[in-house]
Amino acid sequence: MANPRPRWNSYLAGVALGVVLFAAFLATGHGLGVTGATTGVTAVAANAIRPGLFAPGSYLAGYVRFGLNHWIEWEVLGVLIGGVAGSALGRRFAPRIDGPPRLAVWLKLPLAFIGGAASGFGARMAMGCTSGMGLSGSAPLAAAGFLFLIGFFVAGALAALPLTPLWRRR
Amino acid sequence: MIAPFGFNGPVSGLLCGIGFGFILEGAGFADPALITGQLRFTNWAVLRVMLTAIVTCAVLLYGGQALGLIDFSRLFIPSVYFWGTLLGGAGVGIGMALGGYCPGTSAVALASGRLDGLVFLLGIGAGTLGFNAAYPTIKSWVYAQTGPSGLTLPQWLGAPAWMVILALAALLGLAGWLTARPTPP
Repeated sequence: MANPRPRWNSYLAGVALGVVLFAAFLATGHGLGVTGATTGVTAVAANAIRPGLFAPGSYLAGYVRFGLNHWIEWEVLGVLIGGVAGSALGRRFAPRIDGPPRLAVWLKLPLAFIGGAASGFGARMAMGCTSGMGLSGSAPLAAAGFLFLIGFFVAGALAALPLTPLWRRR
Repeated sequence: MIAPFGFNGPVSGLLCGIGFGFILEGAGFADPALITGQLRFTNWAVLRVMLTAIVTCAVLLYGGQALGLIDFSRLFIPSVYFWGTLLGGAGVGIGMALGGYCPGTSAVALASGRLDGLVFLLGIGAGTLGFNAAYPTIKSWVYAQTGPSGLTLPQWLGAPAWMVILALAALLGLAGWLTARPTPP
């Protein structure tokens, strides 16, 4: 879209995010999350394609039984709506394939898929992602939230090092 | 009335999510160059936004508790599963270095029109299935709880919450001051 509006000041965005996170705690007793919902959708979708795929007692069998009509699924639907609204109002909405500027387009999507797979595996291992554990865990000062963030930034910075040349702007 | 209020329905979820997604997108977190710039130390928006949000929410939560308005025993505070929490965090970090996003930011990337955000979300599904397959062999050490349930930094350090929050605010101030020069996106 032409003439995108500037993005928000980081500190103002942070205060706004802290207030919304606080509102979620007041309303529900827990914070914001994302992979609770993606795990539910993955379990239900895979079970719909191949019924009985998850043996009783397996990790995802419980998510199939739990179903999708829960707060976290509605919250992630809200994230998508909020993202569409924000990018449209900010004139930042545009269909595109993003990623490292110096990587061939046909390699961008496979790399995004591999990154997503590492992220999905890691989030189940940590029982939460950057939102559900890093942010929502650290806000009530849980030690687990900060431990997650240390692992996230140290491993992320090391893994980003060899890929740095791909991100130089053209 | 003492919080939390038990508003666990669709309207509560939608409203919280809309606010969350709107702010993430406004902060520029749908842009993979901006958020991975934090991992290359060329853009500090991720650290600024996250630490500001953590300090803001912590002040409100612990302030509310001090005023007797919030029942902390009914808040979800995650426990430490040392290797699961640390290595899981590492997996999410490596995922961002490779794929450009974390789960929440890939959702707002999709919402702003990015096809790679959708592919990242499909990758999360594949990683979730992979975890399901690995679960029987790794659960004994990955999900071994370390320390008491719902351990917080104030409990661990034996310091009052306001002191921990002040230290985080000082860290934010220091990081903000050291990186105050204008940074490219």
